[in-house]
Amino acid sequence: MNPRRSISSNPASTVKSRFTNGFLQALLRINRQRITSTTAYTPREIFRGYLRVKIAADVSMASAIGSRRAWSRAILRKVRSHGRDGAQVRRMSFLAMRKRNLYGNIKCVEDAGFHQANVLRKLVPGGEAMDMCCLLGETAHYIKCLKTQVKVMGRIAEVFST
Amino acid sequence: MSSRRSRTRQPGCSRISDDQINDLVSKLQQLLPEIRDRRSDKVSAGNVLQETCNYIRSLHKEVDDLSERLSELLASTDTAQAAIIRSLLKQK
Repeated sequence: MNPRRSISSNPASTVKSRFTNGFLQALLRINRQRITSTTAYTPREIFRGYLRVKIAADVSMASAIGSRRAWSRAILRKVRSHGRDGAQVRRMSFLAMRKRNLYGNIKCVEDAGFHQANVLRKLVPGGEAMDMCCLLGETAHYIKCLKTQVKVMGRIAEVFST
Repeated sequence: MSSRRSRTRQPGCSRISDDQINDLVSKLQQLLPEIRDRRSDKVSAGNVLQETCNYIRSLHKEVDDLSERLSELLASTDTAQAAIIRSLLKQK
């Protein structure tokens, strides 16, 4: 049984509870900011509200995982370099790609669908710089965390709707 | 840039075994609700990757929809939400 999924006797140690805590705190902050804003109901503000919640969710999940996964590191890196020149960030990841051997065991990549692997790279955070083995492992972990994220967010939405 | 598109073997690359890749692909298949019950010899690796991409996209969409819903719910009542969040935090 995956310990992350079980209801352990020490709830603070599960990914799910770390995510829930972090996300709820972020929602509190967002709520406070919204209350003090006088333009809360313009379409632009409504869009920004949605974006803030989405970013809070992704960052809370990445923080709950921390630096032990490449995809979570990629999300946290992106957030930290938010103010920097976007082109610089793109150049850095291109260099990272050249250093790694992306196509170790070419035969398997051809078998596994060269095009699909590239599509997958764009969907998984940090995927552009991963070799095939790494990409598959990271994808599996990323999917598990996304499922948890969706479950918790859905539960919170339920509680808020009552 | 053309080297990215070539399919020739690069000299000195580390050999990841086919078994390793197959193992990772079948682990991935187990996570996908659409195809996890199909026999692994009937599902190609390309299929698994495609289903993976579709599944991730659908999960992203769910996150988007839930974010929108949560943001609307936050906007509707102020004090109730803060009280709820505080009580949820206390439980954890």
